[in-house]
Amino acid sequence: MSAEPDSGHRFAEASDAPLLEVADVKTHFRTERGTVRAVDGVSFSLERGKTLGIVGESGSGKSVLARSIMGLLPGHNVVRAGSIRFEGREIGDLGPKAMQEFWGAQMAMVFQDPMTSLNPVMKIGRQITESLRYHLDVSKGFASETAEALLASVGIPEPKRRLKEYPHQLSGGMRQRVTIAIALACGPKLLFADEPTTALDVTVQAQILDLLEQQQRERFMAMILVTHDLGVVAGRADDIAVMYAGKIVEKAPTRVLFTEMRHPYSEALLNSIPKLADPSHTRLQAIGGRPPDLVRPPPGCSFAPRCPYAQERCRVEEPPLVEHESEHAYACWFPVGTREGEEALRRNRAASAAPASAGGS
Amino acid sequence: MPERPADSALSEGLPDAAVFHEAQAEVYADAVVAAPGGVAGEVDDVVKRRLGPAFWVAVGWLVLVTAVAALAPVLPIEEPERIGVGGRYEGFTGDHWLGTDKLGRDVFARTVFGARVSLVVGFAAVAGGLVVGGLLGLLAGYRRGWFERVVMGFADVLLSFPAVILALAIVTFLGHDMWKIVLALGILSIAPITRLARANTLQWSQREFVLAARTLGAKDRRILFREVLPNVLMPMASLALIGVAIVIVAEGTLAFLNVGIENSISWGKLVLEGKDSLEQAPHVAFVPSAAMFFTVLALNFAGDRLRAHFDVKEGLL
Amino acid sequence: MRFVLRRLTNLVVVLVVVSFLTFLLMNLLPGGPEVNYLGPLYVSDLSRCEAGDIDPQLAEGCTQTIRLRETLGLDQPFLERYGRWLGNAATGDLGDSYKNGVPVMDTITESLPTSLWLMLYAQVIAFTLAIPVAIYSAYRAGRWFDRGATTVSFGVIAVPVFILAILFIFLFGVKLGWFPTIYDPTASVGERIKGMFLPALTLGLGLGAVYARLLRTDLVATLQEDFILMARAKGMSTRHILLRHALRPSTFSLITVAGIQVGALIGGALVVERIFSMPGLGSVVTESVFRRDYQVVQGAILVITSAYVMVNIVVDLIYGYLDPRVRHARAAG
Repeated sequence: MSAEPDSGHRFAEASDAPLLEVADVKTHFRTERGTVRAVDGVSFSLERGKTLGIVGESGSGKSVLARSIMGLLPGHNVVRAGSIRFEGREIGDLGPKAMQEFWGAQMAMVFQDPMTSLNPVMKIGRQITESLRYHLDVSKGFASETAEALLASVGIPEPKRRLKEYPHQLSGGMRQRVTIAIALACGPKLLFADEPTTALDVTVQAQILDLLEQQQRERFMAMILVTHDLGVVAGRADDIAVMYAGKIVEKAPTRVLFTEMRHPYSEALLNSIPKLADPSHTRLQAIGGRPPDLVRPPPGCSFAPRCPYAQERCRVEEPPLVEHESEHAYACWFPVGTREGEEALRRNRAASAAPASAGGS
Repeated sequence: MPERPADSALSEGLPDAAVFHEAQAEVYADAVVAAPGGVAGEVDDVVKRRLGPAFWVAVGWLVLVTAVAALAPVLPIEEPERIGVGGRYEGFTGDHWLGTDKLGRDVFARTVFGARVSLVVGFAAVAGGLVVGGLLGLLAGYRRGWFERVVMGFADVLLSFPAVILALAIVTFLGHDMWKIVLALGILSIAPITRLARANTLQWSQREFVLAARTLGAKDRRILFREVLPNVLMPMASLALIGVAIVIVAEGTLAFLNVGIENSISWGKLVLEGKDSLEQAPHVAFVPSAAMFFTVLALNFAGDRLRAHFDVKEGLL
Repeated sequence: MRFVLRRLTNLVVVLVVVSFLTFLLMNLLPGGPEVNYLGPLYVSDLSRCEAGDIDPQLAEGCTQTIRLRETLGLDQPFLERYGRWLGNAATGDLGDSYKNGVPVMDTITESLPTSLWLMLYAQVIAFTLAIPVAIYSAYRAGRWFDRGATTVSFGVIAVPVFILAILFIFLFGVKLGWFPTIYDPTASVGERIKGMFLPALTLGLGLGAVYARLLRTDLVATLQEDFILMARAKGMSTRHILLRHALRPSTFSLITVAGIQVGALIGGALVVERIFSMPGLGSVVTESVFRRDYQVVQGAILVITSAYVMVNIVVDLIYGYLDPRVRHARAAG
């Protein structure tokens, strides 16, 4: 695209420093019930052109993490800590006014529900061009042409006509394409996709994910794909971080994660996905127990109450996130697939099989 | 944006406004009449639920005013009609706390006696409106069918009349004594009360416990009075308070336009009397004005707090 | 278009019903214009005239009353009179005033503009006050400005119009002398604008308070929506977001309420016109009601009601124009 800044083609001089470095980021919300520790110490780094998948159930803090990195949190009653470096520059302590320069132009976000994330009473064309005109200071006509080209590139037929239409005149899939177009308009280097397909029909989901992948490749963008669905990130992310109770519990390149899963929560997530190969009427495996209390987290590992591998140590001492194997970090005392883990599991199963005990974990 | 419900056939032609009233009653009431004390966002709900100290202050004032007005004849205050108890246009003095008017009459006493009339008119008119309007609305909402359409049709027409003109007309033609005015204002208050009663009845009669009572064989009348009415009564109580405020203002306005109750003192009349002496003795007009203002304010505030209080309870159900 | 036609036909239905009821009211209630003309001679119960010996004064009263009724056409059957009136009204002839014989239509057209200007002026003042206050309140929701504005609005709404009027007269007219307290219709345009300021402010202040509260609530709700976050995520400035994204969807309730409020405005205008001695339709109506001048009252009510209904039709149209979702739904069906 001629209108965009050159950012896409600088990969020849790719810097050594990663595009995004997140170190021990914490986001706590002050509420009447107490301080909710939504994100409680997350660290990772991301390079240009790579995709990181952040997976977790609702309440795991994944969306808050994305917004924290972007700096899109509400103004009051929020406590932030930790360092966020974008292109080597610290942005974690910047206020909204300073962040305005980044939003749209350097980093952008695609939200979950395209029906509500588009302004219902503003023409689609305007929702794209206003961003272009604000950041790139181009003329109205130029912005319009660019918008049209953008719509075409995200696969919307008859883009010229669509410019003058309103969101409610498009289908759900189309609307999401539009939000993607808006997000990409100024050529950001980093794209957050927060549950981009959750609100869409299953048939459309794959199309949207393909579109994101294609755009990312063409623009050499970094992407953070936030989802609760392991299936979404399976084929599309380079690395996956699994989040639970505001912390990352396992992080690995995708293939490694799936073949050598170590954290019991990751394993539980994977098992809960129904598989095509299973015989019909196979019971779905849910993760027992309740989501963690983010205000008063229990001591020790936050997953312990629901973990089939949990031992005494887990309830007392919190396991740190350590890179135990090459490029594979996890936070667990009794990981899946290790000798200690297997033993722990066996012990627990034996204990629950004993006559007088209540149901297992 | 809430939808506007289709209503009686007649209301199709009337300003969508009249129909809109109902649907938007929530938003409107919340926004317009909503008393201070709430904060945007989730804290709003928490604050609204409690009646709050300000509520009790408002109630206190109302009780005080009513008590003083009721006991006025036996209280040690000047006679309101006695001319020359003080000098002309005296300011706030020890003998006459709130001064005197141009005929040397005690302003405090006159304001107190004025309260009697204003309050009686207010409460009586609304009481009448509640009984008639409430019943009509209850039945309309419960029975539905042609009865509902006719009743709501009339309510709509009544609502589309500029109320002041109607009040003026009724009063002019019927006469100026107190009960005629009560009648006029009472009639005017029927329409909005009917609308609210019907809306609430509709809401409540669709609930399951009514259905349950029906299947147990309970007669309509019993259901209406035992099950539906008590629940409808609550939001009506808050509307009633606000209604009293409106009627007091209306009576005051009529009095000010010199079509009020003849040969008696009411707040509006007092303000009218004071209007000519604004320059020399503004207190003559402003004392009754203040009395009316605080009373109306207290009524509005109390009415709204009640509404917010009961609204949330409904939500919890 | 179909929508407009439908509403217009309904307007006619409403007018017929309202005018019929007014006619009914005027004629059922005792004491018509005859009271004013004949004073003590007026005989309300004409059956007394049939009796055997009646005293000369009563006889005189009877003759006068009967003759007057004939002149005014009041002795004819009710429905016939109504039918004739309605037929005439359709052609623009609203009859003549009982008091001075001036055609009602003339009186109305003479006095209507003043009232219209007053109400328009009041609405302008109301919006001018409400919109900035609401925007800032919503922007800093929950902080001191918001709380203050809420309290003040609540207080203002509680003040009856006539009290507000004399307060302003006292403050601006008597004490400060900035504005005239009586409206002079013969003055120059500039003077008239100044002269109409206090009455318009009296009406507009309460109106503005209502609007401010409503708009603020709507804005706060709109600001929680996802598309606002999306606009932020695009890097749009706060001012841009408030004015270009949040304001428009929040005005829908406001516009509709502005239409409804015209009804209250009419009532308020009556009072204000009286207090400030403005020769508007409100004054005319008030006078006519006192003088029991049926014809004028009937005609005025017709005009006022149709104006009210039409304002709301216009409001609905504007609403449809502003909200594209409604526009398309209407075009579809």
